[in-house]
Amino acid sequence: MTEILSLDFMQRALVAALLVGLVAPMVGIFVVQRRMSLIGDGMGHVALAGVAIGLVTDQSPGLTALVAAVIAAVAIELLRARGRTNGDVALAIIFYGGIAAGVVIISQAPDGTPANLVKYLFGSILTVRESDLVVFAVLAVVIAATTWVLKPRLFAVANDEEYARAVGLPVLALNIVLAVLTATTVVIAMRIVGLLLISALMIVPNAAAQLFSRSFGSGLRWAMVLGLVSAVGGVLASYPLNTPSGGTIVLVAVGLFVVIAVAMSLRERLRARRHDMAERHDHEHGPDCGHEGIPHGDHIDYVHDGHLHAAHQSHYDEHGEVAAAAAATTKPAEEDATR
Amino acid sequence: MTTVIELKDASFGYGERPIVTDTSLAITRGEVVVVLGANASGKSTLMKGILGLNNLLSGTVTLFGEPADDVSDRARIGYVPQRHTLSASVRATAEEIVESGRLPRLGWLGRLGATDRQIVCRSLDLVGLADRSGTEVSTLSGGQQRRVLIARALAGQPDVLIMDEPTAGVDVVNQHVLADVLGRLVERDVTLVIVTHELGALEGLPTRIIVVDGGRIAFDGDPDRYAAARDSVHHDHDSHHHDLELAQPPAMAHGPFDPPAGTP
Repeated sequence: MTEILSLDFMQRALVAALLVGLVAPMVGIFVVQRRMSLIGDGMGHVALAGVAIGLVTDQSPGLTALVAAVIAAVAIELLRARGRTNGDVALAIIFYGGIAAGVVIISQAPDGTPANLVKYLFGSILTVRESDLVVFAVLAVVIAATTWVLKPRLFAVANDEEYARAVGLPVLALNIVLAVLTATTVVIAMRIVGLLLISALMIVPNAAAQLFSRSFGSGLRWAMVLGLVSAVGGVLASYPLNTPSGGTIVLVAVGLFVVIAVAMSLRERLRARRHDMAERHDHEHGPDCGHEGIPHGDHIDYVHDGHLHAAHQSHYDEHGEVAAAAAATTKPAEEDATR
Repeated sequence: MTTVIELKDASFGYGERPIVTDTSLAITRGEVVVVLGANASGKSTLMKGILGLNNLLSGTVTLFGEPADDVSDRARIGYVPQRHTLSASVRATAEEIVESGRLPRLGWLGRLGATDRQIVCRSLDLVGLADRSGTEVSTLSGGQQRRVLIARALAGQPDVLIMDEPTAGVDVVNQHVLADVLGRLVERDVTLVIVTHELGALEGLPTRIIVVDGGRIAFDGDPDRYAAARDSVHHDHDSHHHDLELAQPPAMAHGPFDPPAGTP
């Protein structure tokens, strides 16, 4: 392990993985929420055209990729806001045009070998240079800060766009910001994850976190943890295994998803077995329902005919009988109202 | 009485195609307006037009005495949409959803402060979900989800609340809870505009009834007049398959202030 960490290129790759692992799920959760999980994929396609232009014109491929992806991002959002029916086709044309242009242009570059193409498509830890790292870090901080500041608004728009527009939130501006954040994330992640797999690091950790989290806040935090573990773990594993870093990172993320999915379904089954439902009643318990409420851990049990009822999903769980003393304090007059 | 919403010869639609035509309407503070109409009659388009969600093709919309385009504070009109987008692709708690209703009051970059959180709590309390604030919304019942959407609108402290089918798909018990909630809003002087198929579920709250048909207002009057005029309204127009809709509201058979049919 220490041997791996003493290698310069590994250190750079790990720092890049750390940044990407944290930032990609942060942007990704809004992309998932908007049901646009494949948009990152498309932007990766367009970024390839940018990379190719950079290689041919001897510019920094990262910079040209960023410019190409950001232009595509803004164009896509404007198309989505305007067009109603052809938006989907327009996206496809932009994306395929991007990757086709990338492949054709890159073949004209001085070092336009297939190996060079594969490096960008699937990621390589060897491609991260020191100068890149500074740029990555700055971009990652900008992405993280912007996402954090705009989080409540991005949430509102992604959760219910029509409502957000009705109450006067700047919906188009927020969507463009999210698209640009996505494009920037794609470019940072390009070096180690690869353009074809970038989207996975935005989506898979979120998909895994959604399996067990119960709020948006905790879903986001867990996705960042899982993204970090996948990215750093993948880079570390790719060196001794001599595998492409991008594929390894994504396999780690998918592995985590599968493990969590299996664990959750096992837990569900165990729970279902020792899960007592109260008799069905039409009355809905609440603070003013007339039934005494007794705090019980993270929820409130309501005393109903001498039994404790706890709200669970759309039914009530039976949480046992009330001790005689507690039962005496319930108001008998309320019992009629419950039927 | 102050006029909160005023339409003059307004036509609304999507693109260039008008769906609601030449509609004039004035709603004053404190009214509880029910908008009835068949599917595709244009009632949702009318509501979305007031909310600025589609195109105003001709005429004018005035909100709180100002032309709608100049109203900077759109949040004064709260909106409770029809479809529940709540059980969406990403998990969120009732509280998180309601917090998003507070945002229009916070400017461009502001974050929720202590007062805002208090308002969020109060909104959840008002709809009877104070004890479920931390619950993931997709696990709540349909009626409870509607109330989360109402609480979200309330968190913006609106003067007018426009609701699209708040009782649709909600069982009888939850309809009572919902009617109680609406009653509490009326006590707080919130003007309500409610699009619905089920007049009976509103338990005597409405003070005015509007029937939309074929993109026009076919009836506008108080509930008693509606009861009397109902037959003539639905014989007036030519498309017979709307008749069912207009004849349906069951509570009107025994007047708006009687207990609705189906009360256990």
